[in-house]
Amino acid sequence: MAVVFQKTKGLTDKPFHYCPGCMHGIIHRLIAEVMEEMDILDKTIGVASVGCTYNNYDYFSCDMVQAAHGRAPAVATGIKRCKPEEMVFTYQGDGDLASIGTAEIVHAAARGEKICTFFVNNAVYGMTSGQMAPTTLLGQVTTTSPLGRDAETRGYPINVSEMLSTLTGAVYIERVALFDYKHIQEAKKAIAKAFRVQQAGLGFAMVEFLSTCPTNWGKEPIEALEWCKEKMVPQYPLGVFKGKDLEV
Amino acid sequence: MIDFSIILAGFGGQGVLSAGKMAAESALIEGKEVSWFPSYGPEMRGGTANCSVVISDEPIGSPVINEPDVLIALNQPSLEKFEDTLKPGGIIIIDSSLVKVAPKRTDIRFIPINSSEIASELGSMAYATIVLLGCVSAATGAFTRDSFEKALYDVLPERRHHMIPNNLNAFDKGAEFANK
Amino acid sequence: MAEVVLMKGNEAIAESAIRSGCLYYFGYPITPQTEIAAYMAKTMPKRGGVFLQAESEIAAINMVYGVAGSGKRVMTSSSSPGISLKQEGISYLAGSELPALIVNVQRGGPGLGGIQPSQSDYFQATKGGGHGDYRNLVIAPASVQELYELTVKSFDLADKYRMVCMILGDGTIGQMMEPVAFKEKEDTVEIAKPWATTGMHGREKHNTITSIYIDPDDLEAKNRELQEKYREIEEKEVMFESSNLEDAEIVIAAYGTCSRICKNVIRQAAELGIKVGMVRPITLWPFPSKEFARVADMPSVKGFLDVELSSGQMIEDVRLAVNGKKPVYFHGRMGGNLPTQKEILDEIVKIHKGEM
Repeated sequence: MAVVFQKTKGLTDKPFHYCPGCMHGIIHRLIAEVMEEMDILDKTIGVASVGCTYNNYDYFSCDMVQAAHGRAPAVATGIKRCKPEEMVFTYQGDGDLASIGTAEIVHAAARGEKICTFFVNNAVYGMTSGQMAPTTLLGQVTTTSPLGRDAETRGYPINVSEMLSTLTGAVYIERVALFDYKHIQEAKKAIAKAFRVQQAGLGFAMVEFLSTCPTNWGKEPIEALEWCKEKMVPQYPLGVFKGKDLEV
Repeated sequence: MIDFSIILAGFGGQGVLSAGKMAAESALIEGKEVSWFPSYGPEMRGGTANCSVVISDEPIGSPVINEPDVLIALNQPSLEKFEDTLKPGGIIIIDSSLVKVAPKRTDIRFIPINSSEIASELGSMAYATIVLLGCVSAATGAFTRDSFEKALYDVLPERRHHMIPNNLNAFDKGAEFANK
Repeated sequence: MAEVVLMKGNEAIAESAIRSGCLYYFGYPITPQTEIAAYMAKTMPKRGGVFLQAESEIAAINMVYGVAGSGKRVMTSSSSPGISLKQEGISYLAGSELPALIVNVQRGGPGLGGIQPSQSDYFQATKGGGHGDYRNLVIAPASVQELYELTVKSFDLADKYRMVCMILGDGTIGQMMEPVAFKEKEDTVEIAKPWATTGMHGREKHNTITSIYIDPDDLEAKNRELQEKYREIEEKEVMFESSNLEDAEIVIAAYGTCSRICKNVIRQAAELGIKVGMVRPITLWPFPSKEFARVADMPSVKGFLDVELSSGQMIEDVRLAVNGKKPVYFHGRMGGNLPTQKEILDEIVKIHKGEM
């Protein structure tokens, strides 16, 4: 019997613990598929961070290190500097990367660390159950912005991709979405390009994924996808912010 | 038995820290136990700087000196700060080109040397502290001229070795004051 | 013949680390330890290593975490306020059981405090520092030669027990110069680290480095494992130097800089006919409790004098060890001041006369 589909070798057999409608599972699979297709599973070290994906070291079948909140880019810097031949990636959420770890991501990018960062932006803190994130939209209700995020007391959302693309050391920055098959395929291409940038030793590469959190948004999965498309994309436009013409 | 503690003090930039290090390097060449401890921090930039050097035949206890045997003062604040701490019978050496007052203590040996003038005659103010080291060597026997010369070869980069004769000259001029 | 050079304490640590096979240094500038970073910046590239000035102490300790997880020898250094910032990472290193060398060249606190020597981080270093039930090996050298030798040993101990080894110095130890006799070759062996995340390269199972155990039973089991390791260290790795204990009437407890000052005091006391000995802990954790207990049982010993650059931190461990058998007195200075020999001698005379 012909095998028409099988799970990528980049993932272990452990079932995901993520909520229904969460995009982490898709992003994990895309990264894992790319690692398998590029034949780099054996020479990749991933860095898990703090958030719902804290234990994705159980899911990815490459060597994995778990880092403290926000510190994944610093941990990855250490790994890459002593293992320059290996491929190193961080997997971070918006609270981790854009709030507590702002310094680490900015400086890793500024130094042009030859690592890939996969940044998952779902506009909310997931693991701690629905608090306001730096990427929370204006007006968005969370447990710590119960009347909706107001700019006066809670400031404005941070557009990480745009911000990091101003740094010389960041050579490839792209924001992608996952709300349909076409976008998922584009996201996969972005992941592969980020790894190729690292392989070529060009500098820092980041892919930002617009993602959903049906549980903490209080929406059905399909509703959440619509919300992501309608509300998040205007604030976080898709596209390549750095390295559009980069041929790798 | 040799067991000397020296405090060298002056303004930052006068070279007291390096002079202290040269004294320690010279004594080390003779196989003596040595320690060097600097003042550190913002005062290094223009304020007062000092270092403590201990030279001994025995293993050294504290590198921090409360009662020095010798005080080398390159400015007046340093003389005022450390004069009272000197051991009875100790030696105070000053650069009399810069320090215009004499110590009040009478239970010590006082050696004023116009070392800055001597240094400028030799062509560089850097020799001022070397003149004073020459005096320390001759007055205490803590280290010899021979080991000082060897230390110069060790410490100075080769492109500076042409300065060694002038350094020795400065050293000898200082030594003369010890015997006056 | 061994090469003898006059060297600053801070530089001796750096040179020793490189000789121990530590080729990765991450740090952030802070007085009075910056010579370590400067030496590394100058020397590492020539010796095939990596020096990186991090954006913060927090980033530096996490870079250390990354390298340690990869199985390479690695270090960072700082001074008190910077070490406080590193505590998060130190706790993670403890939880993930990663070996690393951390140097604290202490200065006075709390807060920004001052830049002059202090021993006021004893509690932080020996009792945990960060969150959770963990220990670091804490080593307190008292000379530049010891800084060199104990730095080499620190890397071996860190590797052997998969944990953080901290060199606890202070501004005096770091800034002073003394002769160091370097060996031609260090007798240090880097042991195999099959647990490291190196990339699998054909290894069957992927390695993971983590400190998170969500299930309370798993976390308790992990803690029991750590505690078992700590008990083994307390049995096997205690280091101290006892001197002049024969017929000693008063015994000084002091480490690092204070022990150096006290050496002079012991000579001066002898001139006054007072027999003073000293127990100098070299490992602050594990603490030489048995030695203090033994000395407390000596009939000649009337009491102890604990001398520190703090308001009295190590004294708690001394008192626990002495266990009320003899009085333990204290003399300390704070804020970056050092006690004078006379101050300490006066205390000894008072104790000797029974005036305390």
